[in-house]
Amino acid sequence: MGKLFSKENCEVFSNPLNLNNPIAVQVLGICSALAVTSQLEPAIVMGLSVTVITAFSNVIISLIRKTIPNRIRIIVQLVVVAALVTIVSQILKAFAYDVSVQLSVYVGLIITNCILMGRLEAFAMMNGPWESFLDGIGNGLGYALILVIVGFVRELLGFGTLLGFQIVPDFCYEHGYMNNGMMTMPAMSLIIVGCVIWAHRSINKEEK
Amino acid sequence: MNPIRKFFDNIKPHVEEGGKFHAFRSLVDGFETFAFVPNTTSRVGSVNIHDAVDSKRLISFVIVALLPALLFGMYNVGYQNALAAGQLGEATFWGMFWYGFLALLPKIIVSYVVGLGIEFTVAQWKGEEIQEGFLVSGIIIPMIVPITIPLWMLAIAVAFSVILAKEIFGGTGMNIFNPALVTRAFLFFSYPSAMTGDSTVWVSQQSILGLGFTAPEAYTAATPLGEAATEGFAGFDCQTITNAITGLIPGSVGETSVIAIALGALFLLWTGVASWKIMCSVFVGGGLMGWLMQALGLTEIEWWHHFVLGGFAFGAVFMATDPVTAARTETGKYFYGLLIGVVAVMVRVLNPGYPEGMMLAILLMNLFAPLIDYCVVERNISMRAKRATKK
Repeated sequence: MGKLFSKENCEVFSNPLNLNNPIAVQVLGICSALAVTSQLEPAIVMGLSVTVITAFSNVIISLIRKTIPNRIRIIVQLVVVAALVTIVSQILKAFAYDVSVQLSVYVGLIITNCILMGRLEAFAMMNGPWESFLDGIGNGLGYALILVIVGFVRELLGFGTLLGFQIVPDFCYEHGYMNNGMMTMPAMSLIIVGCVIWAHRSINKEEK
Repeated sequence: MNPIRKFFDNIKPHVEEGGKFHAFRSLVDGFETFAFVPNTTSRVGSVNIHDAVDSKRLISFVIVALLPALLFGMYNVGYQNALAAGQLGEATFWGMFWYGFLALLPKIIVSYVVGLGIEFTVAQWKGEEIQEGFLVSGIIIPMIVPITIPLWMLAIAVAFSVILAKEIFGGTGMNIFNPALVTRAFLFFSYPSAMTGDSTVWVSQQSILGLGFTAPEAYTAATPLGEAATEGFAGFDCQTITNAITGLIPGSVGETSVIAIALGALFLLWTGVASWKIMCSVFVGGGLMGWLMQALGLTEIEWWHHFVLGGFAFGAVFMATDPVTAARTETGKYFYGLLIGVVAVMVRVLNPGYPEGMMLAILLMNLFAPLIDYCVVERNISMRAKRATKK
């Protein structure tokens, strides 16, 4: 087991969570981060879906990386991702229909997520399946982490709820508190993502 | 030596580096340079020329220009309150004015305390000199929101706009958008029910400290512009337009009276603080678009009614001319103003969701101002290059 969780492998997994976060540092996958984060639940589901798809597409591409002709590698990668996206989308429709309705086209659009193609091209094409798996999980979770933060802020301030449960007590509303309508708009999530990046960079100033 | 000078000289050693109250350095410095023109000059050898009127003095001109609209707005708040309670006969002029003053005062205080508080903190933190750009924004903000806006909403909106529309870009003079308008836009999109909602927001309905009247039942009064958007031109008559010119209509505090705004505009133009090119072209653009819309049969509002209704005049005089966010090239100013007028009337007429388009128009053109400047400069360069090669 020692080799599986060597220092390098741990870094492959933990780097995308913080210092090389796909959203906060590489600024990839922003579109879906804006679109699905108005509430916490779809944000979590979206984050998990991307994690699963990134991990398994990474593994599959890494297994067949030596047999893929270089010229058509993008098409092969797309086919693999498309197949996985379809599977996840069908699973969501079968077991979590409400959420899949909320996510609507954005599950299908995971195929265009820059994080996926980026990891396949930059990592899975030149590393073994186990490292690729860790890299996929790490990047997916790094993406999910930002989505959850943004979804948390937006749902709390925009609807006064978390995961559908009311958090802001009734007497606040009776005393004139109002939900912030702008939080439910995509424009505000861009600003929140900006603030997250701001906080992230000022915390990690020394590392860079 | 006068006592204020003496006061500043006395406390200065305490706030310098290593002093007991170093944390308040920016605060003292800010007030000192506001009270006295700084006595530092450009370094010897530089070719910079300092105008005797620096930005802090310039800002006080704008505040003077805002006074007529502000004072009339206070009176109008009291007037609308008496009208809502049906007690117009018993209300006195000073009663109505002081009522409006008391209703508006907390908003002005909140706006200044939050906005200047953030500016002072940032200045202290970065070790910079305080720029009092917020002195104008702080007084404009209460004038462009409904009188009934809750104070906590105002505080959040001011904080949002000062941090995200101003300090992030580098503070006064660096902002892309007009901070006062960003505050209003934040309120407008975040709390629509408190900004237009059910039309009860425009009139203050509770008596304050024994002044004014409490309306017997919830009184709804839409602004004439809102009425025109929902019910068409039918509610309009000569009286409404006359009232819109004098300013005795429901609306945001400072925007109602065209006469008071015109006084401010004259002062700004006389002192040369605001650009007449921008101001005039906003009206030309709005008039042209209003005329076109009327000619095409899209609206029944006369072209010049757009000038007296809603925030058009206020925006054209005090917001569009903001030298930081407007176009800087002289030719660009014509285009900038013209497009503001055009877009404002276009939003008013074509978008049923937003009866008022001035805020969105100015914010949009704030964004385009650098592009306009770029085009003007590039055109100038290519013209001169052509002239040079011809000879």
